[in-house]
Amino acid sequence: MLVNEDGKTAAPETKSFEPKIVAFCCNWCSYAGADGAGTARKHYPANVKIIKVPCSGRVNPLFVLRAFQKGADGVILCGCHPGDCHYMTGNYYTRRRLTLLMSMLDYLGVAKDRLRVAWVSASEGARFAEVMNDFTAHIASLGENVKLRDMRCRK
Amino acid sequence: MQKIGVFVCWCGSNIAATVDVARVVAAAKGIPGVAFAADYKYMCSEQGQQLIADSVRQYGLNRIVVCSCSPRMHEKTFRACAERCGVNPYQVEIANIREQCAWILKDKEQATRKAIALMKAAVAKVQLDTPLQPGESTVVKRALVIGGGIAGIETALDIADAGYKVDIVEKEPSIGGKMAQLDKTFPTLDCSACILTPKMVDAAQHPNIRIFTYSEVEEVRGFVGQFEVDIRKKARSVKADICSGCGICTTKCPSRKADSEFDAGLRKRGAIYIPFAQAIPKVPVIDRAHCLKFQTGKCGVCSLVCPNKAIDYTQQDEIVTEQYGAIVLATGFDLLDLKHFGDLGWGRSKDIITSLQLERLTNAGGPTEGHLVCPSTGRQPKKVVIVSCVGSRDTSGRGKTYCSKICCMYNAKHAMYIREKYPDTDVTVFYIDVRTPGKGFDEFQRRAVEEYGVHYIRGLVGKVDVHKDGTLHLTASDLNSGRQLEMEPDLIVLAAAVTASPDARKIAGLVTASIDNDGFYVEAHPKLRPVESPTAGIFLSGMCQGPKDIPETVSQAGAAAVKAIGLLSKDKLLTNPCTARCNEAVCSGCQSCVKVCPYGAIEAVEKTVITLEGKKEQRSVAVVNEALCQGCGACTVACPSGAMDLKGFSNQEIMAEVDALCW
Repeated sequence: MLVNEDGKTAAPETKSFEPKIVAFCCNWCSYAGADGAGTARKHYPANVKIIKVPCSGRVNPLFVLRAFQKGADGVILCGCHPGDCHYMTGNYYTRRRLTLLMSMLDYLGVAKDRLRVAWVSASEGARFAEVMNDFTAHIASLGENVKLRDMRCRK
Repeated sequence: MQKIGVFVCWCGSNIAATVDVARVVAAAKGIPGVAFAADYKYMCSEQGQQLIADSVRQYGLNRIVVCSCSPRMHEKTFRACAERCGVNPYQVEIANIREQCAWILKDKEQATRKAIALMKAAVAKVQLDTPLQPGESTVVKRALVIGGGIAGIETALDIADAGYKVDIVEKEPSIGGKMAQLDKTFPTLDCSACILTPKMVDAAQHPNIRIFTYSEVEEVRGFVGQFEVDIRKKARSVKADICSGCGICTTKCPSRKADSEFDAGLRKRGAIYIPFAQAIPKVPVIDRAHCLKFQTGKCGVCSLVCPNKAIDYTQQDEIVTEQYGAIVLATGFDLLDLKHFGDLGWGRSKDIITSLQLERLTNAGGPTEGHLVCPSTGRQPKKVVIVSCVGSRDTSGRGKTYCSKICCMYNAKHAMYIREKYPDTDVTVFYIDVRTPGKGFDEFQRRAVEEYGVHYIRGLVGKVDVHKDGTLHLTASDLNSGRQLEMEPDLIVLAAAVTASPDARKIAGLVTASIDNDGFYVEAHPKLRPVESPTAGIFLSGMCQGPKDIPETVSQAGAAAVKAIGLLSKDKLLTNPCTARCNEAVCSGCQSCVKVCPYGAIEAVEKTVITLEGKKEQRSVAVVNEALCQGCGACTVACPSGAMDLKGFSNQEIMAEVDALCW
């Protein structure tokens, strides 16, 4: 069972709060978009750390929950724009799976806007940086996430 | 035992200026399993790769992490390096500390901390990497070229000359594309038809080339080396094998309402038509939307006059299915629809035309047989204004933000056409900048000014008024002198922006090629792989990749052909080993994976499996066909029992990365 460890809502925001943000990026569009942001020297915060996946459809909702469980303050999933998936239909599955996951996040004790899905194409380097800046600012305003703990492991 | 080597690249100063590489190395050395860590100025260089090879030998490394640029850049390089020194190439991971770290951050402390985090995630993943062996697949020795303009023709000829079969699919009734519409080409001012039409004939007569005109690609299946393509041959309503191309039908057709596409709307054509005299194939097409026979049932004149009885009103579209090893996209370009440029008078006067229309007006094969006239009066213009950058370099949203690249040169060309033939006609070109890089290009533009006396005014045309009597009044500003200018030209030529072909997006979807916001195809790498799409087996030729002139288009077409030939010349291709794998002991045979697989690569097979308890059991389980699997991983998430996993991106590996990054 996943519950909040301290039963409280978000911890008080401190100046030194550096949100941990995991970004899953598909190999064909968004990872290339992130490269584009780098090539164009578009700044986005160091908090965002990217994990490359072949397709946004490879992202199991369990990966997202694992990130929250391990202390991520925000998770963002980026894929090709609908209709542009390299594997034809991957991002449609992602869209449905993540919609479902979002509807359950509140129930699991995670504010649902800590998870975001954004479509960024290979040519949208500037947009990638914009999306990451915006998401990081949003997560920073939400404050620290409460860690999900597996109570079975507690003594 | 795992022995991981971590190699941190400086990338000259690209990484080292922002990331403290020594600290990354020090952090790597503290991770259990890391047997060696070092930094070097250019890890991708020969010396850098030698350092990796030497360390593998000296420390017995069996896994490698390279902290460097994007894997899209040099993953291949480092995998090949690993393979040469006996490490499985799929036990190499790249931490992207250049694009994702050094280049986006200014603060050295932040960048270094992020680089260490990315390095740790890569180490966490590499620890779980299993050795993978790529499979093999065969290559169909035939290429498909989509688009029959100069780019497509050139690519097809080059591939065919190398001894491979090529098919060209062209949606229009004839090959030739936009170049066939042009009068002359810059910077040599040689006749466009004289250089293009022999190529069209070469393509039509080449034993290795088949041409499908008036046809479109309907469906693409398969993958590199083995594409299966459905081509829709639209009904011409004319039997191509019987038609002699005499053209009597086109002259007798009573319907004269349709605008001639080839003459850019300056002339009407019949409902049955051959686009232009040198068309290949020289077989007419019935435009059913304008044909009286199809619309009212009465008429049938073409059928009556045809000496060969080639007209067939009952002809149906035909679908041809063919196999290809490589596909070259050569879908070309279009011109921006100027509907938002009413301030320049677009749509309000016949004497405000596009540059392409001017080409038709000066072309001997055009509607006026090459006599430049004002379309409204039929009289020769005495004062012509050419406006550059109509919709190019436009940030207002009604045009395109990019430079269309060819307009400055063709504006100079058009001005020269006019001044050469009609020395008493005054030509003024309004421009923002004149951009003429290219061999002999700047000299060409200067000739227009110095020898032909064309007026170049740096400035913007603010407004064009059309008076009741049809005369034009133009208001512009001269940016160099700061004066307002008023002019009454007889003819205004708008250099409309180049746009991607509207079909490019549809075709991108069919072949899963990447496309940018403007509809141009994205190349795999702008410098290292400029004629390849990121999708394997898809190549880019000509304007479909971005604005370019004819010399550049032809060079790119040749480059795309070489890349396609390189692929076709292989008998076997190594397949991506990062495919789905089913743990049969856990698989329940529910077939959820079968349903989500876009490639039909999974099927349920009845077989004997050994369960987790070690018992033998006869049941249905999912079996992955590795030749078809493209490794998207959709099945891995759909699988309710967790039996499906993806090699190279396994659940465990991604979880390990998550754990490392969230630590």
